[in-house]
Amino acid sequence: MSGILSDKQIQNLELQANAVRISIIEMLVEAGSGHSAGPLGMADIFTALYFHILKHDPKNPDWSERDRVVLSNGHICPVLYATMAHAGYFPVEELETLRKFGSRLQGHPHRDFLPMLETSSGPLGSGLSQAVGMAIADIIDSGKSTTRRIYGLLSDGEQDCGQTWEAGMLAGKNKLNNLICFMDRNHIQIDGRTEDIMPLEPLKAKWEAWNWHVIDIDGHNFSEIIGAVEEAKKVSDKPIMIIAHTIPGKDVSFMENDYRWHGKPPSKEEAVIALQELGAIGEKIKI
Amino acid sequence: MLTGKLKKHIEKMVNLNPKIFDKDVEQVPIRKGYGEGLLMAGEASERVVALCADLTESTHTDLFAKKFPDRFIEVGVAEQNLASVASGMSAMGKIPFITSYAMFSPGRNWEQIRTTICYNNRPVKIAGSHAGVSVGPDGGTHQAIEDIAITRVIPRMVVISPCDAIEAKKATIAAAKTDSPTYIRLTREKTPVITTEETPFEIGKAQVFWQSEEESHVGIVATGALVYKALIAGKELEEEGIDVKVLNLATIKPLDEDALVSLAKETGAIVTVEEHQIHGGMGSAVAECLAKNDPVPMEFVGIDDKFGQSGKPEELLEHYGMGVESIKKAVRKVILRK
Repeated sequence: MSGILSDKQIQNLELQANAVRISIIEMLVEAGSGHSAGPLGMADIFTALYFHILKHDPKNPDWSERDRVVLSNGHICPVLYATMAHAGYFPVEELETLRKFGSRLQGHPHRDFLPMLETSSGPLGSGLSQAVGMAIADIIDSGKSTTRRIYGLLSDGEQDCGQTWEAGMLAGKNKLNNLICFMDRNHIQIDGRTEDIMPLEPLKAKWEAWNWHVIDIDGHNFSEIIGAVEEAKKVSDKPIMIIAHTIPGKDVSFMENDYRWHGKPPSKEEAVIALQELGAIGEKIKI
Repeated sequence: MLTGKLKKHIEKMVNLNPKIFDKDVEQVPIRKGYGEGLLMAGEASERVVALCADLTESTHTDLFAKKFPDRFIEVGVAEQNLASVASGMSAMGKIPFITSYAMFSPGRNWEQIRTTICYNNRPVKIAGSHAGVSVGPDGGTHQAIEDIAITRVIPRMVVISPCDAIEAKKATIAAAKTDSPTYIRLTREKTPVITTEETPFEIGKAQVFWQSEEESHVGIVATGALVYKALIAGKELEEEGIDVKVLNLATIKPLDEDALVSLAKETGAIVTVEEHQIHGGMGSAVAECLAKNDPVPMEFVGIDDKFGQSGKPEELLEHYGMGVESIKKAVRKVILRK
């Protein structure tokens, strides 16, 4: 046992996350455009959500009691699509349609095409507001003892956006303890390192100042990811921000921590190397 | 006093205020009708919630907030958050009304309205108060004269511009019952009450509010509080022998194309009247419709590519060419082009 998870559980989650990463590389090289670093960096958190944390039913996505997942930084949608497909929301084969005409898997998520999404997103900074709105509505309907949780997924780059702060203040004021957010603290954005583009620290102190309960974790450690959510569920009077320290491009050596991989896909040659590094066996590589 | 055909029309069809042309006609701010309508919509459905960005009293949202404090969300001076929080609430089944001044919502938060409300297809109702130059002394920063253009261009958005407080109340109640994102345009100043509780209202339906005794030479299409000035113009024009019909176009999107085409066919010339930029506004919407269905000469009464400034509402309307005389001038001009 390793804390709240058994070694077997951790191993299964790690294998699942690896499968999600393989799918991300396959999707991106097939699409010929899209974002690589963020999706790979968030594969562990998405896997933890869809395979352990969430109260959801992939065969009944409209189930009213489900937890809600609001992806704010829509450009990392390859990880959302891949995890949802592996969790059983739609066939894994559909992933190869990413960004193609007529696909349900739009370049940035759009509910018109894939109604099982909780929201459409792309323009940064508005996801937290929507998650806050869901959390407020949930408390109006079910009170503070609600069993539903609203999970907001944010990037660190969109901490530049004023709207993120507007939403953060409102959530703190309204003590939305049914709102649990993950911030992907990977230190990169399109133009470079976050602290060069727009210094964000001290992030923990900023969110605490707005009456949030803040937890710092290693975003690749399943015990810490799931442990943070367990801790979050015990908070009674504050929204929760889990600052997840992640490695952009995680598990693909030449992408890790390099901001230039924020917004581009691998070439065919690069994808072969990436898939080999991820342990995808030869015949699985379709490219 | 009302006479002839108009009297008959008013009594039998649209039940307008019989004192409409009296000097002491009752005057009520259009925004007040919104506040009353919001309260009634809240009483009719628990799904209705209201959000405001630090302008609760002046937008008359306080009526709702006092009655339903648990369903009222104060977001502070944060219009972008206002729009997207409402989107999130509607995702959970609520019918949110978001209220601010039109300059800030849908002005400042246009992209959030586009993406999180309309693109997401959420039934959020956006009430933009203090629209137009008639805000007066606050000056150009606070005079939203582009809001019709920026809302009607967004797919799925319904755009309503009520002509008086009673119509605003009905529009608000009606909007609460639809699944469409909807913009309701409101103004600050007291303006004449044109309609009555008995006047029918339906989203998407235009109504004839004035018809001269004789066959009409020109159709005037007006929206918002300026419908009153169009009616005065219609009455005065009749006295000088120019017969017109005045259409109240409360819903700018979707357009009542049947009413517009029928008016164009009957009169052969159209004048549009709005307290808004001519570019992209209601007149443009009417022109888009008529150009493809029944092109006729048109004149546009509105603001011609300028910003507003401080002043009294009436002097600003005159200065920017939206007074009764400007409407009459446009009618005379369009007749010469027939």
